[in-house]
Amino acid sequence: MEAIDDLDLQLGMLREYYYSGKTRDASWRRSQLKGILSLLKEREDELFRALHQDLGKHPVEAYRDEIGCLIKSVNYALDCLSQWMSGRKAKLPRAALLTSAEIIPEPLGLVLIISSWNFPFGLSLEPLIGALAAGNVAVLKPSESAPASSSLLANLIPVYLDNKAVNVVEGGPDVGQQLLHKKWDKIFFTGSTKIGRAVMAAASENLTPVTLELGGKCPAVIDSLTRSLDREVAVQRVLGTKFSPCAGQACIAIDYVLVEEKFSPTLVELMKGMMKKMFGENPKESGSIARIVNKRHLQRLKSLLDDPLVKASIVHGGSMDEDSLYIEPTILLDPPTKAAIMVDEIFGPLLPIITLNKIEDSINFINSRPKPLAIYGFTNNESLKTRMISQTSSGSLTFNDAVIQYAADTLPFGGIGESGMGKYHGKFSFDTFSHQKAVLRRSFLIDFWFRFPPWNDYKLQLFRAMYGFNYLLLLLITLGLKRSK
Amino acid sequence: MLWAAGGCGRTLVFGYHFTAKSDLPLLPVLSSCPAISLLCRSASASGTFPVMAEEENRVFGASEASLLIRELRDSFKSGRTKSYDWRVSQLRGIEKMIEEREKDIIQALYMDLSKPELESFFSEISTSKSSCKKALKELKKWMMPEKVKTSMTTYPSSAEIVSEPLGVVLVISAWNYPFLLSLDPVIGAIAAGNAVVLKPSEIAPATSSLLARLLEEYLDKSAIRVVEGAVPETTALLDQKWDKIMYTGSGRVGRIVMAAAARHLTPVILELGGKCPAIVDSNVKLEVCVRRIIAGKWAANSGQACISIDYIITTKQFAPKLIDALKKGIEESFGEKPIESPDMSRIVNAFHFKRLVNLLDEERVYHKIVLGGQREEKLLKIAPTVLLDVPEDSQIMQEEIFGPMLPILTVENLEEGFEVVNSKPKPLAAYLFTNNEQLKKEFVQNVSAGGMLVNDAILHVTVPGLPFGGIGESGIGAYHGKFSFDAFSHKKGVMYRSFEGDSSVRYPPYTPKKQRLLKALINGNIIGIILALISWYRK
Repeated sequence: MEAIDDLDLQLGMLREYYYSGKTRDASWRRSQLKGILSLLKEREDELFRALHQDLGKHPVEAYRDEIGCLIKSVNYALDCLSQWMSGRKAKLPRAALLTSAEIIPEPLGLVLIISSWNFPFGLSLEPLIGALAAGNVAVLKPSESAPASSSLLANLIPVYLDNKAVNVVEGGPDVGQQLLHKKWDKIFFTGSTKIGRAVMAAASENLTPVTLELGGKCPAVIDSLTRSLDREVAVQRVLGTKFSPCAGQACIAIDYVLVEEKFSPTLVELMKGMMKKMFGENPKESGSIARIVNKRHLQRLKSLLDDPLVKASIVHGGSMDEDSLYIEPTILLDPPTKAAIMVDEIFGPLLPIITLNKIEDSINFINSRPKPLAIYGFTNNESLKTRMISQTSSGSLTFNDAVIQYAADTLPFGGIGESGMGKYHGKFSFDTFSHQKAVLRRSFLIDFWFRFPPWNDYKLQLFRAMYGFNYLLLLLITLGLKRSK
Repeated sequence: MLWAAGGCGRTLVFGYHFTAKSDLPLLPVLSSCPAISLLCRSASASGTFPVMAEEENRVFGASEASLLIRELRDSFKSGRTKSYDWRVSQLRGIEKMIEEREKDIIQALYMDLSKPELESFFSEISTSKSSCKKALKELKKWMMPEKVKTSMTTYPSSAEIVSEPLGVVLVISAWNYPFLLSLDPVIGAIAAGNAVVLKPSEIAPATSSLLARLLEEYLDKSAIRVVEGAVPETTALLDQKWDKIMYTGSGRVGRIVMAAAARHLTPVILELGGKCPAIVDSNVKLEVCVRRIIAGKWAANSGQACISIDYIITTKQFAPKLIDALKKGIEESFGEKPIESPDMSRIVNAFHFKRLVNLLDEERVYHKIVLGGQREEKLLKIAPTVLLDVPEDSQIMQEEIFGPMLPILTVENLEEGFEVVNSKPKPLAAYLFTNNEQLKKEFVQNVSAGGMLVNDAILHVTVPGLPFGGIGESGIGAYHGKFSFDAFSHKKGVMYRSFEGDSSVRYPPYTPKKQRLLKALINGNIIGIILALISWYRK
């Protein structure tokens, strides 16, 4: 546990370094981004090993979801940095003369990034890319539930980045608490809704702005697709994006499926077939499924299946090996909607399918629950797509695929309502760690003399003309050609 | 029904009586004002007065707040507020309201703050009107989804960012520009398609009451409501779950608002305050400079504005010249006895009057007055007052003044001045008066503030293309123009994928070949992709 004195000293030094102005330099920022790139490329094997140790992730999964994605993001930031840093000019109203107006981005200062255990490198470094590109100094607190990854970050970051500007603080909830009550210029938190509330409450003490990337139950609406190609691709994508990223322990993984009753038998059959194709006869031995992170979460998931009605609805899978923290990819058909598995965010390899009368009913179903981080729609029906866009609300909405929106640098990634506030990725990362400062310049040369007291009706008339952009009237009044009231 | 009487007054909104605790002292001047009795009578004759007598003493509490928000949520769910036509109709309603009731607005502002008509006009009425006009003009454009480029990593796909309303939002406004700070956020909320509850400040009761009546008369009350009241009513509102809360006011209450919002994970915009410094160089056109300082201090609600100049920093050498010019300028603007000038607002109430007088009468401060210092308790007026080199740890240099006193701090050189500013919490605005280009550059680069203005004060808030908001202690978030629309919208990422063009590379079972291809794909490495594909298809 960090001694309080040390922490204050540490933060003091980070702030001092920030005030030295070093981090404002474009060249410094570039060097940091390049440092992250080198870390990812040179230490790939160690990163894979840590992820395998913490979560049993296969290297291909680790690359697809974390390492590769990060490399893409760093390259994008490097390409765009000059443009992001340059700010932009703002349009001036016609009444203003000889002024210039622009918005200049400036760093916030000292930021805190708290990341989660399911994508320990991705969720630590993706925000860090934004923080450094924006010129801040940062403290990173990785999750203690992924200890190998946390420790690796603590070792590698001082080697590849400027350790006067980026510090890693490891530890559990008490370290987190200590950090939260310090004064930051921004707190970026990825984790559960419950802790999200505590983070925002702590931030309010110092009026610290926050970005909260939380969770929710992300639904996938599967329409009755007619083409067999569409069906196959849809099922592959649904199962691939549910069970493959960290065994469903992902904030944007599909939590549950909504399907029309008539289509559900077809869907279940297709799914069973696809499961075999992806994970083989013995999924545990396939090496393609990550582990449940720890015993506590395994117990949590196990208890979701304890409900006899829920257990009875299992149509595929359901086996567990508690010692190896393994849960077989499991599909359920119509568990009771009031059961915990349909109320809490599952965050695991259990996929309930809920059948509805008509697929359009899915909209009400989704809207009767808290706003999720993502909604997925597998359909070719354009009017259903339009309805989903305008009648549901979520962080993001993706059609005919899932999870992949995470890789899009041009789309804001963030939640709404219970699933979070704020956004990042691409330029949104840069913006979330910047202050958009408004700067207006005037000269001494021209002024509207009637701006100043003493007041009289004449001046009021002039103001009316000016605000109405009625220059002719303005001229007439000034020339005395129009009598003031 | 005279709410000018000190203590409790009663005001009506949509069938509820609220106890609005007002700090206003008994002012014989105001109570004889015909306008006030007219307003009182019209309030009681308002159509919202309930028929049942037993409703008389109901207070706006938790259950009323809960009912209110449920009603508005139902309205929002019906989809009405999302339509372009509804938004336009409401914005037009606001425009009409401002045009038709200009005189009532000016009167209310005069009653609450003795605000001169001209000041009311240009600082509140025409700014609200232009805000409305801008929204009407640009709304279609703002509402359109923004197409974005997609990269090879997600090929083939198309994507866009769709702006959607947040739902039901709460706007809590302040007393110093009670009309503008209520209406401007409401305009943004409506433009973005939300249902909105406005809670105006009870410290400006005439405007609060006027807003309650006008909004009911001109706007769709199934989606737009006003709740009047003070701490109990605000607390009841803050306990509810809103989709966004916008608060304008002090840092102390800002913390309370954010803590309350945290319970429901409600995002907030906080427009707070701070000590806005003006750094004055000797290399200026002194007369123009002084006029603008006056406009940015005393002609801005007597310094009771979050962006008015709080204090000045200048060189030891230049200070005497600046003070002389200020003396002259103040006399030109307000006459020989500025305290009697009708062209300055009064201090809003006795509480703030006392607060300001205490700042002035602190022993080490009082002797530093070089101009002004007069006060008239009965009229709640304090003369434009300039002080020279008050101690840094005096109260007047520790808290936001929000009044007509202007301390001048002297430094050896202006770079030192920048350090002084940076040693204090980040202000909402920072001003620099100079013709020196290098100094301007350093100022913009090295000083952090919500917004900055070179060679003038306050004006930057009138530019709708600039975001208006604070940083650090001076606030969170920004609004004005499109920033208002964005502040009250959710930017939803929508991605379209087709069923064609899929590759099994993404899914298990994982093979080394897949890994190579995946690497090449993510890195956009064309050669790599081709090579990997070749070896792939060789299998």
